[in-house]
Amino acid sequence: MAEAHDYKAIGTSPVRPDGVDKVTGRANFGADLNLPNMLHGKVLRSPHAHARIRSVDVSRALEMDGVYAAISGADFPSGAEGDIQGEGGGTVSDLAQNIVARDKALYHGHPVAAVAAKTPYIAERALDLIEVDYEVLPPVLDVDEAMADGATLINENLHTNGDTSQPASNVAGITKFERGDVDEAFAEADLIVEGEYRTPTAHQGYIEPHACTATYSEEGKATIWCCTQGHFDVRSLTASVLGVSVGDLKVIPSEIGGGFGGKTVIYLEPLAVKLSEVSGRPVKMVMSREEVFRATGPTSATHSRVKVGAKKDGTITAASAWIAYEAGAFPGAPVGPGCMAIFAPYDLPNFRVEGFDVLVNKPKVAAYRAPGAPQAMYAMESAVDDLARELDMDPIDLRLMNAADEGTQAPYGPTFPPIGIRDCLQAAKAHPNYTTPKGEGVGRGIAAGFWFNIGMQSSAEVRLSEDGTVTVVEGNPDIGGTRASMCLMAAETLGVPYETVRAHVGDTESTGFCNVTGGSRTTFATGMAVVQACEDIIAQCKQRAAATWDIDADQVDWTDGEAVPQPGVNVDVQPLSLADIAGNAGRTGGPILGRASLNAQGAGASFSVNMADVTVDRETGKVDVVNFTAIQDAGTAIHRAYVEGQMQGGAVQGLGWALNEEYVYDANGEMENAGFLDYRVPVTSDMPMIDTHIVEVPNPSHPYGVRGVGETPIVAPLSVAANAVRDALGFRIPDLPLSPPNVLAAIDDREGA
Amino acid sequence: MGAYAYARPTSVEEAVSVLASAAEAGQRTQMLAGGTDVLVQMRSVDRDPRTLVDVKHIAETNRVEIGSDEVFVGAAVPSGVLNENEELKAIFPGLIESADLIGSTQIQGRASIGGNLCNSSPAGDTIPAIIAAGGVCVIAGPSGTREVACEDFLTGVGTNVLGDTEFLLGMRFPRPPARSGDAYLRFIPRTEMDIAVAGAGVALHLDADGNCVHARVAIGAVAPTALLVPAAGEALVGTQVDDAALAAAGAACSAAASPITDKRGTVEYRIKVVGVLCRRAGAIARDRALGN
Repeated sequence: MAEAHDYKAIGTSPVRPDGVDKVTGRANFGADLNLPNMLHGKVLRSPHAHARIRSVDVSRALEMDGVYAAISGADFPSGAEGDIQGEGGGTVSDLAQNIVARDKALYHGHPVAAVAAKTPYIAERALDLIEVDYEVLPPVLDVDEAMADGATLINENLHTNGDTSQPASNVAGITKFERGDVDEAFAEADLIVEGEYRTPTAHQGYIEPHACTATYSEEGKATIWCCTQGHFDVRSLTASVLGVSVGDLKVIPSEIGGGFGGKTVIYLEPLAVKLSEVSGRPVKMVMSREEVFRATGPTSATHSRVKVGAKKDGTITAASAWIAYEAGAFPGAPVGPGCMAIFAPYDLPNFRVEGFDVLVNKPKVAAYRAPGAPQAMYAMESAVDDLARELDMDPIDLRLMNAADEGTQAPYGPTFPPIGIRDCLQAAKAHPNYTTPKGEGVGRGIAAGFWFNIGMQSSAEVRLSEDGTVTVVEGNPDIGGTRASMCLMAAETLGVPYETVRAHVGDTESTGFCNVTGGSRTTFATGMAVVQACEDIIAQCKQRAAATWDIDADQVDWTDGEAVPQPGVNVDVQPLSLADIAGNAGRTGGPILGRASLNAQGAGASFSVNMADVTVDRETGKVDVVNFTAIQDAGTAIHRAYVEGQMQGGAVQGLGWALNEEYVYDANGEMENAGFLDYRVPVTSDMPMIDTHIVEVPNPSHPYGVRGVGETPIVAPLSVAANAVRDALGFRIPDLPLSPPNVLAAIDDREGA
Repeated sequence: MGAYAYARPTSVEEAVSVLASAAEAGQRTQMLAGGTDVLVQMRSVDRDPRTLVDVKHIAETNRVEIGSDEVFVGAAVPSGVLNENEELKAIFPGLIESADLIGSTQIQGRASIGGNLCNSSPAGDTIPAIIAAGGVCVIAGPSGTREVACEDFLTGVGTNVLGDTEFLLGMRFPRPPARSGDAYLRFIPRTEMDIAVAGAGVALHLDADGNCVHARVAIGAVAPTALLVPAAGEALVGTQVDDAALAAAGAACSAAASPITDKRGTVEYRIKVVGVLCRRAGAIARDRALGN
């Protein structure tokens, strides 16, 4: 377990610096900015899931009183080339066509044109005047249909893995990897468990809809205010769609009301800039909840098959998986990470996995918390649960027997440094919620979760004010309490009270480059930059103290927020605090500013083990979660309450996905439940208190041992819920969601009712 | 484009006259009580201008009167007021519970059961409870008032018998005798903030031996309107409301249901669950009548 550290700030749970403004409504979110003479932009969206666009005529809309601009795909540069950076990847061309359709509308809700008008109401009326001539095509609505022989092609120029010697296909890519002799290892197994599983299209469900305001100046430069997980990415993505330099754009992030990966991409920003350019006025665009559902996010629906072979003692000899992910209208399903994550908790000498990135006429998928892992691991963790039953083994013991450890070669390639899967399994086994016998009619489920976590590029500046207070400036929008985490790490490093440190999220022109707040990277990578910037401050403070005392800088120590002469250095001086040095900075060389920029390596993987008890109403099919326990390796928890909050939030999101959330489409590919009434995320009263247990196996690659914690929490709950319902019912329902109609239909099928 | 207008009559006569003159001028009107449906619709479903006629400032629509034979609840009385009326809760626990299912505490400061009825959604939670309790709608119009049984008030999805120049004043309920009980249950996939997939309301009286002498059962969200199911009530009358009788009543509800498959549930699901709800609500109503 973790070695003991005498941390003062790290591991505490102070109030977040942005908290008061958020609970009082003072904080500004994406839709809160208003500028003089501002117009309101609205988007015309395709009423067809799949249609060729013969023509778009905006002239009648432009004639309407109060309308200042109307644009369509023809107003944007064509033939953009190259790949985009970011968590989801993809090409500039696909991104540009997703912002506004050109030749084809590829999903119901695909933007086709946009207008800017004096009021939102006028803008909406003006949309009715835009004439679009569609040739309606049959929609392709799931992976099985898309992969079938003779399927309607969504993109006639798309060939699997770019291989133009093969006919065009809806399968954009196939990922395969394999280790050992899988067929022989299955032959050696005493027992083989197989399953086939489906998960539905699910949305990130952030409470704040996408919103932005853009203003374009006569010198060809634009400023964009928006809610985003990464304003540097908004800048580069928007620049690529508009065909301008990133130097022409300034992006200012607002506070953000949730993202979960769905705000690492752009939708409105290029439209708002173009509408502002055409109209000569600032333009604000705010999506409705319906638009958010119809045209943003979601994550992939999946179809998968998993096979696991084991010896009688529980040793897994081989595993194989076939996983097909819906990409939406453009390539880019998170099937790669799904393939890499599916077997991650286990030490498997023999495995094979094959993944398919499949186009369908639905919105282009976007990153969603641990993109791709929940679906793939749902399949594997369900199969492992069935294996434990077949073997009559405790499901934790079975996992412990096969768990990866430090030195295990991960199924996706690298050799694991210290990891926490075994610690999580042992903590689960000892947890009172596991050792307590389950009640009458209660089903209990357990499953493991995992996410890689990423490092990537970050910058930070730390500025000393003249009274010794500290300002941390970095470029990651604060979604999960990262300001508080940055302040804690700065306070710990500098040796000053948390309350004297403030964190500021700078815009693209006021702070160094940072990749998105995503991949659970911010506390790890940007935190590392903040620590290094604080070390830079300390080095400078030592120099200032040395100059003051007329000794060498290497004769000065930094202890508890003070410069002190090293033991044995013969000077008769009082320690100099950060405030002393800051107050005197003008006489010792000028303002003190620390900085660091890095491309962080060694983001430690975060494993989890979750468990739950459920009851099932056999007459209505309703599943109630009685208790839920989230156990996760955080490396080192910087802000304990926010680590627990991530674990609880991920559990609730995952349970929502498992139990009720799904896109319901009609035969024409129109989503029928584009609102929170019928797209059912859990409400507070649906959920029990989510118990948490933080495991701390420090990450050797971070100065304080941090592992990202934001994404892993959503991975295990899908299979935890399914395994618990399996336990309660006595049979497995392999397709999510386990919604009351689906569960009751399965019970009736089983009982022949 | 037209404009929104707002009228705030303070008497029944004034309200009727506002409606009559708007009808004459060919202007669209919509009654406004708590606004918990109307305001949402104005911001999303249907933004076209109309005259809102606020009925919250008329004495009769705010009246709650518990008489020896009859209970009157004005159309604009907020459900929050009903929830805090202990006498009413003792008389119609099921009806009050159905009102309490709609909205949060804040919303209930505005939302009314009269508004729920006039919105005439097939899934309106108070409607089966009102029908089961024998509610009679009192309707004001140019030629005075008329009365329509609640089960006859509804004509389709979102439609009812109210004419352009009429509005709902309130509902009359016969005061139930001793050993009576009512109950309403709905099914939603969540615990709150949701809309009924199916609902069932039961009101019954027992004699001194525990035999059911009167029962009304109504169902919601399984047909274009909430429905009174006479066969379900008949299945309970003359029994001790035991499991067999409840099963028969449930089967009658399932038989009376003509639901659709939509995003909230399938035909099969709704037919089955409305029977389950009837059984469970019937047992609660019986236990209440027995004083258990």
